[in-house]
Amino acid sequence: MYTQALNTAEAEDRGLEDAAKATQFQARIDAEERIEPNDWMPAAYRKTLTRQISQHAHSEIVGMLPEGNWITRAPSLRRKAALLAKVQDECGHGLYLYAAAETLGSSREELVDAMLAGKAKYSSIFNYPTLTWADIGTIGWLVDGAAIMNQIPLCRCSFGPYARAMIRVCKEESFHQRQGYEIMLTLCRGSDEQKAMAQDALNRWWWPVLMMFGPPDGVSQHSDTSTKWKIKRFSNDELRQKFVDATVPQAQYLGLTIPDPGMTQDAEGHWRYSEIDWTEFKQVLAGNGPCNRDRIAARRKAHDEGSWVREAAAAYAAKRAHRQTAQAAE
Amino acid sequence: MATPNTPLWEVFIRSRNGLAHKHVGSLHASDATMALQAARDIYTRRGEGLSIWVVPSTAITASDPAEKGMMFEPAESKIYRHPTFYEVPEEVGHM
Repeated sequence: MYTQALNTAEAEDRGLEDAAKATQFQARIDAEERIEPNDWMPAAYRKTLTRQISQHAHSEIVGMLPEGNWITRAPSLRRKAALLAKVQDECGHGLYLYAAAETLGSSREELVDAMLAGKAKYSSIFNYPTLTWADIGTIGWLVDGAAIMNQIPLCRCSFGPYARAMIRVCKEESFHQRQGYEIMLTLCRGSDEQKAMAQDALNRWWWPVLMMFGPPDGVSQHSDTSTKWKIKRFSNDELRQKFVDATVPQAQYLGLTIPDPGMTQDAEGHWRYSEIDWTEFKQVLAGNGPCNRDRIAARRKAHDEGSWVREAAAAYAAKRAHRQTAQAAE
Repeated sequence: MATPNTPLWEVFIRSRNGLAHKHVGSLHASDATMALQAARDIYTRRGEGLSIWVVPSTAITASDPAEKGMMFEPAESKIYRHPTFYEVPEEVGHM
């Protein structure tokens, strides 16, 4: 149950965390038990999850922007309907995730306001522009493909509401990846120009997609405790390698070249990629990516322009409630 | 500027006739009509249900997880409530 009302401050502000409770908590995690919103949890666990789940939610919402850019310009009605459904799904995913984050005690309004104020992060990938229709194919194939790699282990995350939200998200995400790959396949089987467009999109998205898995192991600041708490089941590099190994044959089938001349296959069959440019990743996270300002500006505009709807809905609900009370009193 | 909070609702969906409504998640809406419409859009995009209930989250009274031991103990100590507690000779067959 997702009632935030039960997560009141009294449980939160006890200050000194009982060591016995912390041990008991870790024992539950080790026994693969799910932690539910009203169970005792260390303040740091609550904070880590609130940060992670809300960032995940913001990513889904901001992720609607690069794709929304192409809804009116999709090449056919079939593609348009599919893209519209996909963008609707991303919105739904954002809402499941906000609901999961709220069970930890922050309101959705607080979480959204933090994103609009630029205080909360979202996935770096959505700060890249979608220049051609092939970018929509590439996003579905690679960005959603990478997201699935990341999200499948999260279905077994120790925090119940997050794990449950992820199960729903993963079910829906599969359609996203397949529709993206189908777009790529159609382009690659088309004219030389279309195939060149597909290759160009892959060239631009490949490295940013590899960065989606986060900093290399050993540098990642949240990994150790997240692993101990079973929020994270695989390291960034493990997931990245899994993704690369799954993706290379898919690119080969399309007849596209991964833009990494140094890539080799090792004796065990793993595709070893070249060094990732982590300065670019840091720059994008710091707000200096190609579209950071645009994305936040677009979210703020949507939020501001929707404020009269929220106000009208609240006023209408208040009027109705008032009338009902008055009628009941008669 | 902080945004005023919109009430929280719990969403229950009955997947097919004959099955009970099941909790699927929650959402925010200013009134019941809007909560129903939002539930349709958020939780039934792929034919997940034939019926939706929305309940204000504040209307739910929950058991206290800290007292679950005491709360559910009466059921745990009464193994004679289960059919396997009773011995029926094999010759009697399935019962």
